[in-house]
Amino acid sequence: MGNPMKIRAASKDGVTEVKVLISHEMETGQRKDAAGAIVPAWFITELTAKHGDKVVLSSEFGSSVSKNPYLAFKFKGGAKGEKVIVSWKDNKGDTRTDEAAIG
Amino acid sequence: MNNQRRTVLKSGSGAALLGMLAAAGIITPGMALADWNKAAFDAKSMADTLKALGAGQPADSKDVQVTGPDIAENGAVVPVGVASTLPNVSMVAILIEKNPNALAASFVLPEGTEANVQTRVKMGQTSNVYALVKSDGKFFMATKEIKVTLGGCGG
Repeated sequence: MGNPMKIRAASKDGVTEVKVLISHEMETGQRKDAAGAIVPAWFITELTAKHGDKVVLSSEFGSSVSKNPYLAFKFKGGAKGEKVIVSWKDNKGDTRTDEAAIG
Repeated sequence: MNNQRRTVLKSGSGAALLGMLAAAGIITPGMALADWNKAAFDAKSMADTLKALGAGQPADSKDVQVTGPDIAENGAVVPVGVASTLPNVSMVAILIEKNPNALAASFVLPEGTEANVQTRVKMGQTSNVYALVKSDGKFFMATKEIKVTLGGCGG
């Protein structure tokens, strides 16, 4: 299921900035190991962020997003204590969901 | 999280449907990605990627900014950001011209989410990085060259 994401959400002047750090290998499928065999691709393909029930960002990743992906974005609204929920899914079908309170 | 899709996956008919799709070669087993735009992410060249995204020929715009370092010492972790002051931005994508697959990431921004995203991408070599933005149904683009130094040789 992967390791927990680090999510920081801070509200300022009616805009909430969300920063997410995900723990994931993000293997491109183009690297070779010491024996010359191709390391199979393993990367996050979809990521969705919600503020409560409302989707505030839905993204699709390719394999060229860095290992342990970082993502930052801003949305209007959001008050202290409300929840931001982030979910991802990788190309092996693994998923993970974490949430954080807006600070 | 698309709960409906998960439900479909769990139900028997969903499994049968997946089997059919796999048999038809539409999806390969283990890569049942219903929403993921495979054509766009598999496209090699900029032109093919833009076509797969339905962007056609985006106009260059000064209202789109690509942020990133001029020189990236480590091509594995290059911070790249896209910001735009255009109205009603519904989609943002980051493309790296000389990567094996140009498209790095695309973001769908619902109303209320600002056209300002930052992430980190891998770059195989020095390349132009493009930010593609969809505003009011039209596509706009901006570019920035990011130099990647290999093995500390400078460059």
